[in-house]
Amino acid sequence: MAQPDSTTTAMGEGEGRKHPDGTTRRDFLYLASAAFAGTGAALTGWAFIHSMNPAADVLALASTEVNLQPIAPGQAITVTWRGKPVFVRHRTAEEIAKAKADDSAALPDPQPDSRRVQREQWLVLLGVCTHLGCVPLGQKPADSKGDYGGWFCPCHGSHYDTSGRIRRGPAPRNLEVPTYSFVNDSNIRIG
Amino acid sequence: MAKYDYVPSPFMANSIVKWVDHRLPIFSMIDTQLIKYPAPRNLNYFWNFGSLAGVMLVIMILSGIFLAMNYNPSTAGAFDSVERIMRDVNYGWLIRYIHMNGASMFFIVVYIHMFRGLYYGSYKYPREILWWLGLLIFLAMMATAFMGYVLPWGQMSFWGATVITNLFSAFPIVGESIVLWLWGGFSVDNPTLNRFFALHYLLPFVIAGLVLLHLWALHVHGSNNPLGIDAKGPQDKIPFHPYYTAKDAFGLAVFLIFYGYFVFFSPYTLGHPDNWIPANPLVTPPHIVPEWYFLPFYAILRAVPDKLGGVLLMFGSIAILFLLPWLDTSRVRSARFRPVYKVFFWLFVVCCLALGWAGAMPAEGVPLFVGQVATIWYFAHFLVILPLLGWFERPLPLPASIAEPILGGGRAGVMAAGKPMEKA
Repeated sequence: MAQPDSTTTAMGEGEGRKHPDGTTRRDFLYLASAAFAGTGAALTGWAFIHSMNPAADVLALASTEVNLQPIAPGQAITVTWRGKPVFVRHRTAEEIAKAKADDSAALPDPQPDSRRVQREQWLVLLGVCTHLGCVPLGQKPADSKGDYGGWFCPCHGSHYDTSGRIRRGPAPRNLEVPTYSFVNDSNIRIG
Repeated sequence: MAKYDYVPSPFMANSIVKWVDHRLPIFSMIDTQLIKYPAPRNLNYFWNFGSLAGVMLVIMILSGIFLAMNYNPSTAGAFDSVERIMRDVNYGWLIRYIHMNGASMFFIVVYIHMFRGLYYGSYKYPREILWWLGLLIFLAMMATAFMGYVLPWGQMSFWGATVITNLFSAFPIVGESIVLWLWGGFSVDNPTLNRFFALHYLLPFVIAGLVLLHLWALHVHGSNNPLGIDAKGPQDKIPFHPYYTAKDAFGLAVFLIFYGYFVFFSPYTLGHPDNWIPANPLVTPPHIVPEWYFLPFYAILRAVPDKLGGVLLMFGSIAILFLLPWLDTSRVRSARFRPVYKVFFWLFVVCCLALGWAGAMPAEGVPLFVGQVATIWYFAHFLVILPLLGWFERPLPLPASIAEPILGGGRAGVMAAGKPMEKA
């Protein structure tokens, strides 16, 4: 092999320039450039991945205000929030009493009624069955309300009670209570 | 003995690699075509532009897919959906700037790549099909870029689409039917926008297929080189990795800085402000110009005071490139050894730049005249100058091998030069 010139000594594997622990200057260059390129690619990649998250205009529609005044006791309305149905039910005294009484029943997902409402006559629920996402029946007077007087999911037969808790059927959890607050006595803001 | 002895890379001995490779020789392909692939030892930085073009294709496809996720291809929604990308979608502005300016970067890179081929005679035997495939890629790129420019549905989008599709109306008898077919209606409208979006999404993958064929053809005889002579043996070549992977990576880093400047600091320099006005089929902007990369062809179109003649000449300006390997009658590839061709090459570059300038100006007075002279020169370059040069030009003496001018002639030089190949 011919005598290596000065350039190959500085740039090459550099048998003569090896560090005592066996590393070379080229190892450092490889690691430094890989780290630099990798960081750049990861940061750019994040911009692309994040572009698939909800955009500003979608997030801007993330809250919905509901006027409660027209809802008579025993009635329920369905409003859309983030593209999903939200059930707002004006519960009767009888339904409230039943929900409270069942706090001590054998519940698949135990939760007292008091934890599920802010004002006990107003029950606000995400109208999405916790099994596989169907919309349960029970909003209209003619609907089947299931064996517990709340909601009944026609897809796979889940029964919910007057507090929206799962009582029987394949659904694992109670109907979800969305984040909401009372703007005043007759209006709530969901989200 | 084989011309270049192939010694597999160490990773080829790994048992999993062997198992896979026995069934699908993908690792062999990587090793022989990318790592140990013998490349001429004297490639200069003009040889970076092929891989840069490949990187640009990947960037365009990736950024395009993410834009398509938020784009609405309808006349009612297109303009607003682009504005939504710019304002509401997370990093939408970045992805769109990457894509918009990426189109210009892609053409810059490809034009340099093509002029590199012209200067060093890369289109000559045995690389004629390689050259053709490159031209097909260029044509597909032009179609893709044109349709992509229509998608934001601004004034330039709409009127660009109207003017370019109307080119086909120049053909006698069938012209009008072709234009109706292209539009899917009686004007550029929703059906046109829908099909342009579908094709704009499809064509880049056609380009990717053509790129694979381009690389396949390239690897049959290997890269041309600045001397334009064939490699004579191992002393003329070095393995692609690490020599050209490192050189390409460095070039890419420099190029990305240039690209990044436009994306982050000057995103609209290469665009046209009229595209901020939503498409209006009732009002044509006072001065219609295509994107800068089409300007030379636009100048040729307008140089001829005849509708059909202009269209034919414009298509002809690209068609003639397919005949270039036979129009250039010289057997010497590199302009380094062709003193007269070298002058005409630079005159041709000036001619193309003049066409670009003329294309950007209103078609009257001096720009029109310059455009006409340059159009004549463009065709004369291929039809008169190149065929004659092969006969009348006396080329300089060619070196005996690629290694010779670097290492000096003689056997000692050859032996020393063989070293990199053995070492890798």
